[in-house]
Formats: sequence, C-alpha cells, structure tokens
Amino acid sequence: MASASKRIIPGFGLSFGLTLAYLGLIVIIPMSFIAIKSSGLGWSAFWDTVLDPRILAGYRVSFSSALIAALINSVFGLILAWALTRYRFPGRRVIDALIELPFALPTAVAGIALTSLYSDKGWIGKELAVFGLKVAYTELGIIVALTFITIPFVVRSVQPVLEQLDGVYEEAGRILGASPGRIFLRIIFPEITPALLTGFGLAFARALGEYGSVIFIAGNMPFKTEIAPLLIMSKLEQFNYAEATAVALVMLVASFIIMFAINCIQARAAAFVKE
Amino acid sequence: MRKAENKWGRRALIAISMAFVLLMLITPLLVVLFEAFSSGLALYWRAVSDKYTLLAAKLTLTATFAAVLLNTAFGLAAAWAITRFSFRGKGLLTTFIDIPFAVSPVIAGLVFILTFGRLSPLHSFLDSYGLKIVFATPGIILATVFVTFPFVAREIIPVLEARGTDEEQAAALMGAGFFTIFRRVTFPHIRWALLYSVILCTARAMGEFGAVSVVSGHLRGKTNTLPLHVEILYNEYQFTAAFAVSSLLAAAAVIILIVRNIVEFTARKEGDGNVR
Repeated sequence: MASASKRIIPGFGLSFGLTLAYLGLIVIIPMSFIAIKSSGLGWSAFWDTVLDPRILAGYRVSFSSALIAALINSVFGLILAWALTRYRFPGRRVIDALIELPFALPTAVAGIALTSLYSDKGWIGKELAVFGLKVAYTELGIIVALTFITIPFVVRSVQPVLEQLDGVYEEAGRILGASPGRIFLRIIFPEITPALLTGFGLAFARALGEYGSVIFIAGNMPFKTEIAPLLIMSKLEQFNYAEATAVALVMLVASFIIMFAINCIQARAAAFVKE
Repeated sequence: MRKAENKWGRRALIAISMAFVLLMLITPLLVVLFEAFSSGLALYWRAVSDKYTLLAAKLTLTATFAAVLLNTAFGLAAAWAITRFSFRGKGLLTTFIDIPFAVSPVIAGLVFILTFGRLSPLHSFLDSYGLKIVFATPGIILATVFVTFPFVAREIIPVLEARGTDEEQAAALMGAGFFTIFRRVTFPHIRWALLYSVILCTARAMGEFGAVSVVSGHLRGKTNTLPLHVEILYNEYQFTAAFAVSSLLAAAAVIILIVRNIVEFTARKEGDGNVR
C-alpha cells in the first residue's frame, strides 16, 4: 500500500528533494556549526564558561521566571479556555480574537509598552508603588513580560479539547449527584491534562528563549536580572563566539529536553485515544 | 441552591477572564497609542515619516515577504512529501522541521554568525565572490526565514494527513499530472489552512527581534528593521518616537488579528473545520 502510493502519486522526488535541500541549508548545516564551534572550545574551557557564577545566575533567572510565567498561564489559560468555550457573554469574540496578540505584536513593542506600564511612573507601576512593590527592573518585571509573551499557548492547547469534550460523562456525574467541583476534578480535568501539559511545556520553552520583550523591562543587572539569552548576546558583542556558543549549547539541550517531553505526552495521549 | 452556586462560579470565571485580558493584553496596546501621541501629532508624524523609519520599514517588508514566500514554498513541498508518501526517517524529518520552534531567537542569530561570519570556514569563500551575509540584508532574511521556518508546514501537514491520499491516487490513475492534481484536487482542501499559516508567518516575521538583532550589526539605514529601530530610539531616550514607530507595528498586529479572525470565520462557515 505504502510503496504503491509512492508509485501512483507523482512529485515525490521534487517535493522530497526540495524539502531536504531547504532543511539542510536553513536548519541542519547552520545548527551543526554550534556543535563544531563548541567542540573547538575544549572540555575544560567549556565547563569554565558554563559554570561561571554570572552565567549560572543567568540560567537561574531564566529558568525560574520562565517556570513561574508558564505556571501563571496554566492557571489563567485554563480559566480563559473554559470561559471561552463554556459561556456566552458580551465581548467573548473580542477576547477570543485578542488571545493571539502576543504572537502578532513584535516583542520589542511589547517590551517597551510593559516597561512604560510597570515603571514607577506608569499606569500600573504607580499603583503598585503605593504597596512598595517594584515590578520594572526587577525579576517580577521579567515574569510579567514572559507571562505576556506566552499567554496564547495554554489557552490554544486546551480550548479545542474542551470544545470536543463529550458531555455524556459530565451529565452522568451530575445525575449521580456529584458536585461541580468533583465533576471538574474527576471527569474533565483528566481529559484536558495532556493538552494542559503541552501548553505549559510550549509556554515554558518559549519563555526560556525569549529575548526582545524582556531586555527592556529587566534592567539587566548582573547576577539579578540578567537572562541567559542576554548573556549570549553580550558575549557576541565582545566577539567571544566560542563562549557564546557554550552558553547557547546548554540552553539548546534544555529546550530539546522540553520538546522531547511534549512529544512524549502527545504520543501517549494519542495512544490513549486510539485504545 | 446548586443553580445559584453555578451562576456565581460562572460569573467569577468570566470576570477573571475579562480582568486578565484587560490587564495583560489591552492596557499594553493602549499605552503604546497613548505614549505615541502624548507629545502631539506633529512629533508623531515626524517620527513616523523620518528617513530611517521608512528605510527600516522597507527592510522589514522585504525580509517578511522573502520569509513568507520561501517558507510557503517549502511548507507545501514538505507537506506533500510527508503526507503523500511513506519513506524511512519520516519521524526524524518532522522533528527536524520543528527545531526552529525550540531554539531561542538569539541562538538562531548566533548560528548564522557562526555559519557565515568572519570566523567561519565559509567566509573567505563567500568573500571572494563579494558576498556579504552577516551584518547585511541576506543575514536578516536568513534569520527571519529560520525563525518562521515551520509555520506553513506545521499547519498544512495535519490537514493533508486527515484527508488521506485516495483522491490524489484516483486523479493520478486517471492520468493527471503533478500540477493538475495539486491545483485541482489538493489545493481546494488546504487553501484556508494555507492562508491562515501565511498570516501567522507574516506576523512573526514582521516582529522578529532577537535573531535579527544578532545578525544585523545595527547599521542605521542599512540593516535596521522596524523592531530594531524601536530599540535604538528607546535606548536614545527618544521615547515618543519609539512609541510612534511601535504604534505602526501595533496597528499591523491588530490588522493581522482581524484578518486572521475573518479567515477563520469564513472557513468555518464554509464547513471547513480544518483551520485551527
């Protein structure tokens, strides 16, 4: 069957060749230069670079704020997805349309807009300053920017699953006298968990690598509000390509682990559906 | 009793959703407009019609157009190869296509510096033909292409996969050639998904910052895109000008969102549930 279709439908050579050539040229060859460059650095120099306290602090800031932003969006993304699929209310379509704004709005624009909002003279920052809370130029600011950037991921992962959920089991639960909370926890939540985890993973991966929106609001103080992508950038500006590559390699490995975990979750969910 | 409980839960969830969207999405948009016009229309107009702004806009349009064109062609070819035929290593190929999504934009820029920059083995070869890639327009296009690489392929592959290959096989058996099959059989099924992915790809290409920032070298009037121009103005404390240029990009983003919604609405009305 498989080999038969290869013969019947034309265009395999053309499309496959084009795909491989383009993939090789744009992705595989350039990415392999990362491996070549970091192997040129040598084992001990690599570890010296990566374990430098300032770099380690950068990794810590990046990982912790990306994790918190992804968690915030898991909670609010779930609420948003729920409200958008289950309820009809004025403004629903506008909210639904706005969810993708962080994809469409250039990150630099988001960065300066958030900085202006949360600086101590800004619309929101002014109010928070009354409580002694500083957002811009602190780690909180980084979290705000990363939360903004990753809003669409959880909403758009969970929404289609909620839309296609079969109401039969919920109905059964209700007739048997389960409370709404219990129905949600025991019937709905298990159904949407894979989508929620996928959305969380995508948001986390995106937040980890984000650069444009963060650098304006972060203040970029060494050891405190310097994110790992910024450290790569400053090594590049000093033309220190080998060390920049070493820092990047660690980030790449982390991203690939996250992507691999997402693929595993999706494969398991797909296998579960097939059963 | 339970009814009342449900009603309050419902109201609370709607209120939280509205508050979150208002605080996190709408206020940032409003503040861009507010800051852009805060010093009057004359200053706004001067920033927007500035020579460097126009040059940056031109480069942004060039890079976006090139990236969308190349990635659409690639996306169609990849989707055709992956969904219409079976071959070894298909899973690996699909994973490779997704790589740019997992890579930080800064790292995307870095790989092109390493590949084509001064220290690369390719550099002297390119230099002998007078080709400049890094810190020049080709580098900016390459970085934009890399960052938006998977968009079209990823959107089209599931649609074609769900349709199966029966119709194409029938057409091929009846003697239709490749372009006839594609134009008459396949294309009508994927046109909405294709349009949708082109819109997403445009949005992302237009706003790309990190990757482009690494390869641009920030040469004003030469390798400056609109998002990079915003950064330069902002760092020079020309806040009004930075927000004025930002308002152009924000307007483009809102237009893209509106078009996206029209496409989705029309596709659904035509009974094509493939979009999204």
